[in-house]
Amino acid sequence: MSTIYILWLRQVKKYFRAKSRIIGSLGQPLLFLLVFGFGFGAIFQQAGQGNYLQFLTSGIIMMSVLFTAIFSGIDLIWDKQFGFLKETMVAPVPRWQIMLGKTVGGATVASIQGVIVFVLALFVGFKISDPLMLPVALLFIILIALLFTSLGVAIASIIEDMQGFQLIMNFMVMPIFFLSGALFPLQGLPTALEVVTRIDPLTYGVDGIRSALGGVGSFGMGMDMMVIVIVAVIFLGVGTYLFEKIQA
Amino acid sequence: MVSNVKDTNIISISGLTKRFKNFAAVDNISFDVKKGEIFAFLGPNGAGKSTTIKMLTTLLEPTSGSVTINGHDPKNNKDAVRKSFGIVFQDPSLDIDMTALENLQYHAVLFKVPADIRKKRIEELLRFVELWDRKNDMVKTFSGGMKRRLEMARGLLHHPKIIFLDEPTLGLDPQTRNHIWNYLLEINQKEGMTIFFSTHYMEEAEKVAQRIAIIDHGRIVAIGSTAELEEKTKTATLEEAYIALTGSVIREEQVNGSDRMRLMGRMMGRN
Ligand SMILES: Nc1ncnc2c1ncn2[C@@H]1O[C@H](COP(=O)(O)OP(=O)(O)OP(=O)(O)O)[C@@H](O)[C@H]1O
Ligand SMILES: [Mg+2]
Repeated sequence: MSTIYILWLRQVKKYFRAKSRIIGSLGQPLLFLLVFGFGFGAIFQQAGQGNYLQFLTSGIIMMSVLFTAIFSGIDLIWDKQFGFLKETMVAPVPRWQIMLGKTVGGATVASIQGVIVFVLALFVGFKISDPLMLPVALLFIILIALLFTSLGVAIASIIEDMQGFQLIMNFMVMPIFFLSGALFPLQGLPTALEVVTRIDPLTYGVDGIRSALGGVGSFGMGMDMMVIVIVAVIFLGVGTYLFEKIQA
Repeated sequence: MVSNVKDTNIISISGLTKRFKNFAAVDNISFDVKKGEIFAFLGPNGAGKSTTIKMLTTLLEPTSGSVTINGHDPKNNKDAVRKSFGIVFQDPSLDIDMTALENLQYHAVLFKVPADIRKKRIEELLRFVELWDRKNDMVKTFSGGMKRRLEMARGLLHHPKIIFLDEPTLGLDPQTRNHIWNYLLEINQKEGMTIFFSTHYMEEAEKVAQRIAIIDHGRIVAIGSTAELEEKTKTATLEEAYIALTGSVIREEQVNGSDRMRLMGRMMGRN
């Protein structure tokens, strides 16, 4: 228990210390909300899909959670590169506790980031329909944060340097975001695209939080949650396994 | 100084080998270290010292051979092995974005120092390495020697049965080197802690080590007390014995990718 706590604490402390990074990381979601939200608003409305900002906000919250979560998991590479990981690796504690502590810490940070973006969206003009559903929305944020932080740790366990990281960003994280239905509705897509969106775990996060925040969902929140939990548990397991295999 | 060496082996190494691709960094080495012994590990750059220490401390999987640490096999009982030792790595291993105190707290929790003595132990060690006044400063503001002292404090924090020190005094001034060795010898005497260290300072090995192993090209070329090594090579000092055994050619060190990254990181100011 204390192992998980101290790893969590390290992650959270570092997040709050890097204030300029927090502010910097809010620029992108804010820009997306303003530019896309208002830029595509008219077309979206004409197509009979309603208010685009209402639609888009869930997607941008999840984008923010996705990026922060992957980053906080993958910053394990820095520990690897700069030697601190050795200190953790020789500790007489089960690897799953290290994995879990790191993941819960990263997920906490990513969840906070998601909540901040939600608040920003309120200022931009986003409206919630049922405040009682807010805890459900938060739950989706937390689960998606856990899922992608553990994915980040798993990836960091097998790549050696920041070049590998660039590859992951371009060929994995960006597609996960763009193919999740964060920016467009999932109905009426070409079959190939539809299949890909169904494989993307973020799709279920976006769909879930969109339903919780009063929008129209595709799969139902129960289904969304089930998929996310299953995938998150798998990633946690895979991450623990790969972490155990790291050689210094 | 009274010898505190017991007659049981706390480290047993047999046929230990590590290959990177086709290159044998450690090549079929075997020796034992006794409980309470102060054991020095000498050898030229790239001889295989750090690789050996990494295999003894569960960081690296051996290609073949067997190891027993404090009665446990790192292959199937890593946690029992990890409970037995403390280590000061050759390369930097502190979290420079945390304070000195936070680095030690992290260690104390992970190495299960009981909560009620944690604070006292941390203060004691920080005072010993003369960093108590700087305890709330970020490690990135420390000098190289201060970082080294903090790593030393950390390695000793959980009072391990064995301490592995990979070139522990590298970059330390003579006063600090003395200060730290006096402390180590004191724990060795009082608690019977086994000390396994690598170094390039011959006088250090000569002064404190009861036995010395010399490794070259991944093989043990000699093992014994200073006197035994001098006798074997018909020389008068450990340094002469060492050169007689390993030659005087300078070793070209193969730098691998992660070393290069680490160097880059150091240049970018991360360390
Ligand atoms: N991860 C690795 N991949 C490939 N080769 C490696 C790796 N780690 C070490 N080596 C090689 O193994 C050999 C032994 O390295 P090691 O670090 O054990 O030497 P050392 O005796 O500690 O040297 P030094 O005194 O310079 O610290 C070197 O030739 C080194 O290049
Ligand atoms: Mg070395």
